[in-house]
Amino acid sequence: MKLSHIGADFRIVARTYFRNPVALFFSLIFPIILIAMFGLIFSAAGSGAVTLEVVNEDHHSPVSQEFLSALNNTTLVSVQLVSVSPQNFSAFLGQNDYSAGLVIPAGFETDYLSHTPVNLTVYTDPEDAASAGTVVGAIEGVANGFNLHAACNGGTCAPIIGFTSQNVGSPVYKYIYYLIPGLIGFAILTSPMFSMVDIASSYRKDGIFRQLSLTPITRAEWLTSRILWYVAITFVTAGIMIGAGIGLFGAHVTLTLGVLPFLVVGPFFFVSLGMLAGSVAKTPESAALIGNIITFPMMFLSGTFFQVSSMPPGLQAFAHILPLYYVIDGMNQVMLFHNTSRALLDVLVVLIGSVVVFLLAIRLFKWRDE
Amino acid sequence: MAAAIEVDGLVKRYGPLAAVDGIRFSVAAGSVFSFLGPNGAGKTTTTEILEGLRKRTEGEVRVLGLDPWTEGEALHRRIGVIPQDFRFFEKITPKEAIEYYRVLFGTSVDPIELLRKVELADKANSRFDTLSGGQKQKLGLALALTNDPEICFLDEPTTGLDPHARRAIWAVIRSLKQEGRTVFLTTHYLEEAELLADHVAIIHRGKIIAAGSPAEIIQQHGLPARMTVEGSPALAAYLQMNLGASAVMEDGKVSVTLKEKGDALKILTAIEASGLPWTSFTTTHDTLDDVFVRLVGQMDEGALKSEGSS
Repeated sequence: MKLSHIGADFRIVARTYFRNPVALFFSLIFPIILIAMFGLIFSAAGSGAVTLEVVNEDHHSPVSQEFLSALNNTTLVSVQLVSVSPQNFSAFLGQNDYSAGLVIPAGFETDYLSHTPVNLTVYTDPEDAASAGTVVGAIEGVANGFNLHAACNGGTCAPIIGFTSQNVGSPVYKYIYYLIPGLIGFAILTSPMFSMVDIASSYRKDGIFRQLSLTPITRAEWLTSRILWYVAITFVTAGIMIGAGIGLFGAHVTLTLGVLPFLVVGPFFFVSLGMLAGSVAKTPESAALIGNIITFPMMFLSGTFFQVSSMPPGLQAFAHILPLYYVIDGMNQVMLFHNTSRALLDVLVVLIGSVVVFLLAIRLFKWRDE
Repeated sequence: MAAAIEVDGLVKRYGPLAAVDGIRFSVAAGSVFSFLGPNGAGKTTTTEILEGLRKRTEGEVRVLGLDPWTEGEALHRRIGVIPQDFRFFEKITPKEAIEYYRVLFGTSVDPIELLRKVELADKANSRFDTLSGGQKQKLGLALALTNDPEICFLDEPTTGLDPHARRAIWAVIRSLKQEGRTVFLTTHYLEEAELLADHVAIIHRGKIIAAGSPAEIIQQHGLPARMTVEGSPALAAYLQMNLGASAVMEDGKVSVTLKEKGDALKILTAIEASGLPWTSFTTTHDTLDDVFVRLVGQMDEGALKSEGSS
């Protein structure tokens, strides 16, 4: 491979791209629109009552049930009873992305009726200050009401019900956090796939491949320059999406060098796959159809907009055969969960797939007819 | 003169159909060779085989001593090609396109100089999608010259162009010949071939049906020169009787075949001597266009007859 050939073709692609308003829109503006749109939709979805997971150790005594009922009546929280031991409750909340929890200790009713101070344990997510404030405020208000009621009955004003605050066991990941790697994956998939499928068929139809076949540039050099271009574009798009996610919605994602391999192998895979799909198609119309058949399942089932873990088991199994799943999962592992070993496995899967698809594309994509 | 292109027994089949059926010809280095034929005759297939873009079924082909299919990479460094309806990257300017080819071929050609040669320097910085059809073809020609080729393959380079643009392309083709390059030109325009080509081959139904210089082909396959006189049937009878000339009435005019150079003067003298009324005369001879139409027509008629009789 000659670097001068790759460089010359790279300049042609870059010029073509920068002179195409549609391409610029999809690279620079569309990512911000996507992040803003989905971020706003799911921010709005979270503006109702905060779900409060509750462990009632007082075996559903009338007073504890009355307390929970009063909490529900505030409409600020929505009580949801769970059967988890108090020792594991914090971890349970973290693992399931619940941002608030409450433990009512055993003997709550007895202590309350005997005017013995009793402490509730409230769990909140410090990164979700709004929900934490709502939950603490609601519990404090209901506890005060119960305390006043007890004071009137017993003639003493000493507070009976108090609470201690704790953080949930592990960070709670909001939708926007998952959305950033998901939408970067979306861009890694769609931009090269749609464009390469179109190029592969239209260049063949217009005789541009034939024209290039009469020059010393090789198919591998040509495809490599396209891959490098989409890697560059992916870096820009990913930067915009991360910036928009953090700037508009205060997303907490870790920016590490571990993200970079996915921004390289992702375009490597999908540029090659787009070229392969376009090469096997006989007409631009069938190329577009093949491109859509490949792209759409990946677009929705790889964890782009919805977490794969929230899908039915059958779809989860299907997601595991989609290459984009490994790109998005890898970025989630790096940006959210700090799970390097799993991310390495993901990048390895995509890399091996990329090499195979690249070699297949080079083999099947012909400059000229036999 | 050495042959730049040698073709012997070339066959290209698509299934049972022979698009090219055992043709043989050679092109002298430094000459302009024109390959003529109606649509579907096999000229583009032949041209693409010579360019190394299509694999032949049978036969021997040598272009600059190389096999175009197996030695295409080496050949492409020495030839330039403009396909029919040249297309390129839409958003790229002619100057950038030549710079791109210059890097690919590793040459040091000056883009503006090359664009000046094809009369496109004023559009050096205009994007391809804003160029007219003629300007696009000129860019194709400029790109074909980026690697200083020994042979230029021009596949219908003037199809669809206005007369001015066609003449500009013709001027470039003449300059290529003056520079000693071989030009392989396929065209629909017989006038173009007659004006530019040293040698012509007419292909039809995959076979070469006539070959030689335009003058040789006309002489061999054309009708003799004729004098047409605005006159009466009596004049035709007089000329036949007194000169033994082949004089017939055609479309209300007297048509006399000219066998020799001096026949025209003899006929005019006889007309004057006849005392019969006449107004004007013209002399006509076949063009390559007439020969082409006649040959293709004869072959089609023969094919139709043989199909009809089978």
